[in-house]
Amino acid sequence: MTQALTDLGQHISAKLGGTITGVTVAFGELTVTCAAADIIAVLTFLRDDPACRFDYFIDLSGADYPERALRFDVVYHLVDPYRARRIRVKVQAGLDSDVPTITTVYPGANWYEREVFDLYGVVFAGHPDLRRILTDYGFSGHPLRKDFPLTGHVEVRYDDELKRVVYEPVKLAQEFRQFDYLSPWEGSDYVLPGDEKAKS
Amino acid sequence: MTEASVRNFSMNLGPQHPAAHGVLRLVVELDGEVVTRADPHIGLLHRGTEKLIEYKTYAQSVPYFDRLDYVAPMNQEHAFCLATERLLGLEVPRRGQLIRVLFSEIGRLLSHLLNVTTQALDCGALTPPLWGFEEREKLMVFYERACGARLHANYVRPGGVHQDLPQKLIDDIGHFCTTHPRVLDDIEGLLTDNRIFKQRNADIAKFTQKEALERGFSGVMLRSTGAAWDLRRAQPYECYSEMDFAIPVGKNGDNYDRYVIRMEEMRQAVKIMRQCVDKLSSTTGAGPVSSTDGKVVPPQRAEMKRSMEALIHHFKLYTEGYKVPAGEVYAAVEAPKGEFGVYLVSDGTNRPYRCKIRAPGYAHLAALDYLCRGHMLADISAVIGSLDVVFGEIDR
Repeated sequence: MTQALTDLGQHISAKLGGTITGVTVAFGELTVTCAAADIIAVLTFLRDDPACRFDYFIDLSGADYPERALRFDVVYHLVDPYRARRIRVKVQAGLDSDVPTITTVYPGANWYEREVFDLYGVVFAGHPDLRRILTDYGFSGHPLRKDFPLTGHVEVRYDDELKRVVYEPVKLAQEFRQFDYLSPWEGSDYVLPGDEKAKS
Repeated sequence: MTEASVRNFSMNLGPQHPAAHGVLRLVVELDGEVVTRADPHIGLLHRGTEKLIEYKTYAQSVPYFDRLDYVAPMNQEHAFCLATERLLGLEVPRRGQLIRVLFSEIGRLLSHLLNVTTQALDCGALTPPLWGFEEREKLMVFYERACGARLHANYVRPGGVHQDLPQKLIDDIGHFCTTHPRVLDDIEGLLTDNRIFKQRNADIAKFTQKEALERGFSGVMLRSTGAAWDLRRAQPYECYSEMDFAIPVGKNGDNYDRYVIRMEEMRQAVKIMRQCVDKLSSTTGAGPVSSTDGKVVPPQRAEMKRSMEALIHHFKLYTEGYKVPAGEVYAAVEAPKGEFGVYLVSDGTNRPYRCKIRAPGYAHLAALDYLCRGHMLADISAVIGSLDVVFGEIDR
């Protein structure tokens, strides 16, 4: 299984030359990376090449790595239903760089790209209808970014006097609890409440 | 009437419409009664599941999956557990696998019973839902007897399942397998040759296999075009490879084919359930239901009362959780509605770094506009019924 995927990865990188920047096989899955500008060429090849035939579009998702220069990953999952195998294609995008839309290759990607735009703010160039999809009408911000707080920025309640739902800034009854499980023995690198007095 | 006074009509359907199967707001543009554009507005049930999971440990993430497709909860948990197990390199004991398969098929029955009968309801038939829900009620009781909850099970856990099934429950499920096909016959008797049901569904929302593939359709939607693609066969997980079942496929790719496939899938699900019951009752199906790796699977309560080590493990697993090796996987199961996948990225800590949920209904609903153009307004409700959408999984 792993050997077949390695062979497939070699075939793809041999055929596409320099456009493929990385091929890895891990946990029995094949991952191919390329530059965002080349994504249409790569996906068209994967769909049409007789040795690949990945013409089944499965998924498109984003991921956020704030410490990177190009902080977003856009991840494509495809299936070759004739040989029952999967491939994952990854490209990177930054805050001001966009990714070409793949709706011309797979029409099913339409809503998936809208979702990644909504939740991460990645812009898909050439998308026919790039609107928000999952969040509220008039929502601002991109909730799946790592710097977006879990509680959000606004909360809603029904106002009895105005007879409608009003939006207000979030008021937390208690501090959001974030436990540090990674360094229970080494000690935390932040100041615990009360500790600043002990130091002085 | 002069030519100039004829104009298209824009209509808002939902978000609280009984034919919308949940909270779907649909903005429809009509030319007379013919749909020229249908724009679904989703997200009214968006709870930020994926964001929440990034702040929870792996064990705490499992219950969120019950709340996605809430008509077949355990199938979703299963996908997440498969992804976690692949990252951890964890093996599920055979009895655990059999129980998972058994309850996956119960989930398939739950979902198809709801879908087929409400599709009939959308076309004007009231009796099928009443008959179907009686059967669903029995299945819910099996859920409750296995895990204590009728809906939000949290039963499938990374490593296996939470608790073993009592033999009485296995016998009762075996008995259900003998009585259920007769109810399916009754429902089929009402619908399969029903003139009105056929007129409302045959030749509606037709598509080809190529269209289905490039639009990301899966499950019954894809199989209705004749493609025999079922993950239980194509990429077998758990012990599906030793089960004997058939994969029904359609010919025309229309609503009616999808109804017929769902009916046949229920019969096949009963067949798989019966095999599971037999295997669970025999000696080869005995053994632990969950992995014995104490660093991932919490100890039994009884053991905790006597063993200090078990107590420590219990405390650590329920506060800190377990750390999962860094990496990324995509695990998918054949959920009743299609391919339900979880793309899980771990950074080596006790929480998922990213957990993308690939819900089958999302791709199906996205094609609603494509499928409804040129159809009549009344067909929209039949098409939504046939797409099998549940907004818990679409809005996430």
